[in-house]
Amino acid sequence: MALSSAIYNTLFKRTSTFALIIVGSAFFFERGFDLGCDTFFDSYNKGKQWKDIKGNYSQ
Amino acid sequence: MAARVGRICGAGLFKSNTTSSLNQISSYSTTRDWSRGRKALVGSLGILAGGAGAIIFALDRSVRASELELHPPKNPWSHNGWFDSLDHASVRRGYEVYKQVCSACHSLRFIAYRNLVGVTHTEEEAKAEAEEQMITDGPDEAGNMFKRPGKLSDYIPSPYPNEEAARAANNGAYPPDLSYITLARHGGEDYIFALLTGYHDAPAGIALREGQYFNPYFVGGAISMAQSLYNEVIEYSDGTPASASQLAKDVSTFLKWTAEPEFDDRKRMMVKAIGIFTILTMVSYYAKRFKWASLKTRKIEFKPKSK
Repeated sequence: MALSSAIYNTLFKRTSTFALIIVGSAFFFERGFDLGCDTFFDSYNKGKQWKDIKGNYSQ
Repeated sequence: MAARVGRICGAGLFKSNTTSSLNQISSYSTTRDWSRGRKALVGSLGILAGGAGAIIFALDRSVRASELELHPPKNPWSHNGWFDSLDHASVRRGYEVYKQVCSACHSLRFIAYRNLVGVTHTEEEAKAEAEEQMITDGPDEAGNMFKRPGKLSDYIPSPYPNEEAARAANNGAYPPDLSYITLARHGGEDYIFALLTGYHDAPAGIALREGQYFNPYFVGGAISMAQSLYNEVIEYSDGTPASASQLAKDVSTFLKWTAEPEFDDRKRMMVKAIGIFTILTMVSYYAKRFKWASLKTRKIEFKPKSK
């Protein structure tokens, strides 16, 4: 409870800091989400994509 | 069906038990003030539109039933499925098949050599592929067209300069451009594979003209393209055994890529869309429950005024 009220008082209470938090968390969420999805896609399609086979053709 | 309808009606779902609810419906209805003639007009218009729709639907069904067409079987492509990308080794082999077999008659006008870079070939390989071809360019200072080796920005050259030349060389039949062929035919790459591997002798009673061959997957059965994929008709540069079905599978995958070059990006976006919409659905479900909680838990009591 003390932690959540501290977070609220220092970060969320003022509109200026709250807006900063929204922009900042959106940035990090987007990067993390994209990275996670790409990692899943690349491991799911391992060996099928061009980046997996291009080593066979270029020295 | 009738029993089920009876059961639903028996349950009283569609019955209005009190006259008060009927009165309420009629007082809220927007058609309450309409004249009898207007109601009749709107009613008959609705019946007409519904009837026309039903007739169109019935005609469409009957046309499909009368077609004598063999639908291609569905194959377990390695790019089937929600998250599966194209098999790029197969796309590369498919390019070899196109280049050595199909390109004798079929153009691939909408694919440039630069499109191969990063998909089937490295940049050096794609440049080498382009330089093998002589491209008509010009005009030069004297106004003449001239030939030069291809560049990455050149499109894959067509075997015939125009449709009339293609028809003249092929008994009047036009070999279609293959760039978007998997989108342009029912069954897509399944159809291409079935067509390429489906040649056999015409059954009794089917008369073929000169230069025609029998293929049950081609509408009408008589196709002007001869069977072109046989075992070992070409040799793959990566050493894959070149059976006829392997060649057909690889060229079908290649044509899937030419028709949908955005295929892998689409599948990648599928992962992201499912992920983000799952999160958004959970958030909006929670928000709905939260906002409606006070309304859903409210009790309404009716107290008649005592005299």
